[in-house]
Amino acid sequence: MPRLKNPAITSMEEEFTKRMAEEMTDEELFSFAEFDESQVERTGYSNYSYWRSTFQAFARRKSAMFFLSLVVLLVLFTFIQPMLPGQIDYFQVNNDPTSGLPYRNLRPGTEVTLTDGTQHRFLLGTNSIGQDLWANIWAGTRTSLFIGVTVALIEAFVGIVIGILWGYVRKLDFFFTELYNVLDNIPVTIVLILVAYILPAGVGTLILAMSLTGWIGMARFIRNFIIIIRDREYNLASRCLGTKTPKIIMKNLLPYLISIIMLRMALSIPANIGYEVFITYIGLGLPATIASLGNLINVGRQMMLSPSLRYQLVYPTIILSIVTISFYVSGNAFSDAADPKQHV
Amino acid sequence: MLLYVSKRLLRSLLTLFIILAIVFILLRQMPIEGYFANYDKLSKMQIESGLHQMGLDQPMPVQLGRMFKNLLQGDLGTSRIYRNNVPVTQILAPKIPISLKLGSLALLVSLIIGIPMGTLMARYKGKFFDHLGTGFVVFIQAVPAAVYYLFLQLYGTQLLGIKMLFNINDWKMWILPVFSMSLGNIAYYAMWLRRYMVDESTKDYVQLARIKGLSENNIMFSHIFRNAFVPMIQYLPTSFLNTVIGSIYIESLYSIPGMGGLLVDVIKRQDNTMVQAIVLLFATVGIIGLILGDMAMVVLDPRITLGHKKGGR
Repeated sequence: MPRLKNPAITSMEEEFTKRMAEEMTDEELFSFAEFDESQVERTGYSNYSYWRSTFQAFARRKSAMFFLSLVVLLVLFTFIQPMLPGQIDYFQVNNDPTSGLPYRNLRPGTEVTLTDGTQHRFLLGTNSIGQDLWANIWAGTRTSLFIGVTVALIEAFVGIVIGILWGYVRKLDFFFTELYNVLDNIPVTIVLILVAYILPAGVGTLILAMSLTGWIGMARFIRNFIIIIRDREYNLASRCLGTKTPKIIMKNLLPYLISIIMLRMALSIPANIGYEVFITYIGLGLPATIASLGNLINVGRQMMLSPSLRYQLVYPTIILSIVTISFYVSGNAFSDAADPKQHV
Repeated sequence: MLLYVSKRLLRSLLTLFIILAIVFILLRQMPIEGYFANYDKLSKMQIESGLHQMGLDQPMPVQLGRMFKNLLQGDLGTSRIYRNNVPVTQILAPKIPISLKLGSLALLVSLIIGIPMGTLMARYKGKFFDHLGTGFVVFIQAVPAAVYYLFLQLYGTQLLGIKMLFNINDWKMWILPVFSMSLGNIAYYAMWLRRYMVDESTKDYVQLARIKGLSENNIMFSHIFRNAFVPMIQYLPTSFLNTVIGSIYIESLYSIPGMGGLLVDVIKRQDNTMVQAIVLLFATVGIIGLILGDMAMVVLDPRITLGHKKGGR
């Protein structure tokens, strides 16, 4: 597709040249032009805004909007759920008033009498120690989403800053490459154990431990892209014209990377939640008193071999899957929308 | 290029040294309770003599020096807790090939399926095949591996009519672990290749190729693919070499006697010599993978230059 000149600009240019030729003498025409600020802004009027176009392109994707609203609703619901009427605290063990024993492994939808005399329907049943699975899943989703988002933000910030320095400033390449080699090869397990040993176990400690090692991958990812584009002609031209390094980074490199950074971030939230599941699996996760999807799935895994108890694995997995799909689809759609060449 | 690589190899030796030193120092920060199975019942003297036996009572630099001296003589030490008094090399030697074989088979399968899949998804973007592939990628991404591995094992063993326990000499037993392990990577390669190819397809050189009258297939496979593969090739050597790490889920599910989970296990049990030996192995492999990846990137895309360039920055 040939690049068409904007007709408005063309006619303006013509008018301008005509006026100049009429009003200026030869001497004036062949002298150097002075810098005139009012002329800098002199272009055809365009109301193009990068971010507005991006959001418009994003909003056109029905499926992406659906999943984005789904994840927003899900997050809202994790906060609203404890305030709804007739909810049981996720940590409370529910006992049978007649025998005093806890209601273990109740099937989903069972209605029983609680110790305070009220009837309660356990929508998703109870777990092996008699806690409400429904409340546990929402509390766990809240914790896991919080961990996922916080770690993703920290990772992205540190990773982008380091990645750009690493990729763009050649003198730093060796230093950061070796730093990467060192940090990447210290087993995460040692870091996790030591952090857990020094600080009290909890959400904050887990976030710290995950962020301590998580930014490295993001930094390397950014670095590889910077290396690929740093010597492209347009950057070479910018450098020859004397553009300062910070400006090249902000105006030439970062906008180019924005779509892949967004995708990577959207994927890193569910990846972090999955990582929490893994950390719990190797026995270094959150204490059992804090509900998290990792804790729920690992308890559920142990129920796998008896088909009647499989619901304890299936329900947390469904929620985790919905969260992941939502971030994946909307991240991909945003990444597509962020490419200015896709804008009309 | 050769100079750059040899320089980096030399520096890598220094890096390895630093990694080992840091891991060594970190390990010494572990609680001493962890070294004894029955810490609470031991008297103070028993603990002290136990620490002395392990050489843990000496100052850190002395311990560190001794480890490096042994290492230079090719002695990786003996395991103390994982298997008492067995040389570390003897424990690792049978485990490494198993994980390597399992991992590289899985990687091979995922490349053979994943790359054509990503290419076709980009070629038919927005059409049926793209949606089908995206559906698969989303599913694999969404369901945690820990969960679908379980279901695959449960139903796969029934379907193939095999036992759940692993037997290294029966090729049928390799199908499920290899297949399970490759699923995640298939999705990964297909997803990123599609992303890069779609990004690449709006570039000017593609339009030029189209104006020249090249067929859409020709543009896709010989122009876009090569450019889109550059960011991916960087990770290939690392992914191949990293198969030595093994898969903790798969190997424990099928009781495969490989490397998976060994590191986590010995760290938790504070078997320091084992930890150091495994860290040394993984770090060496990781560093070589990174160098090979950078080299592959330069070979595939001659516009990329590594290291210092005159007039550059």
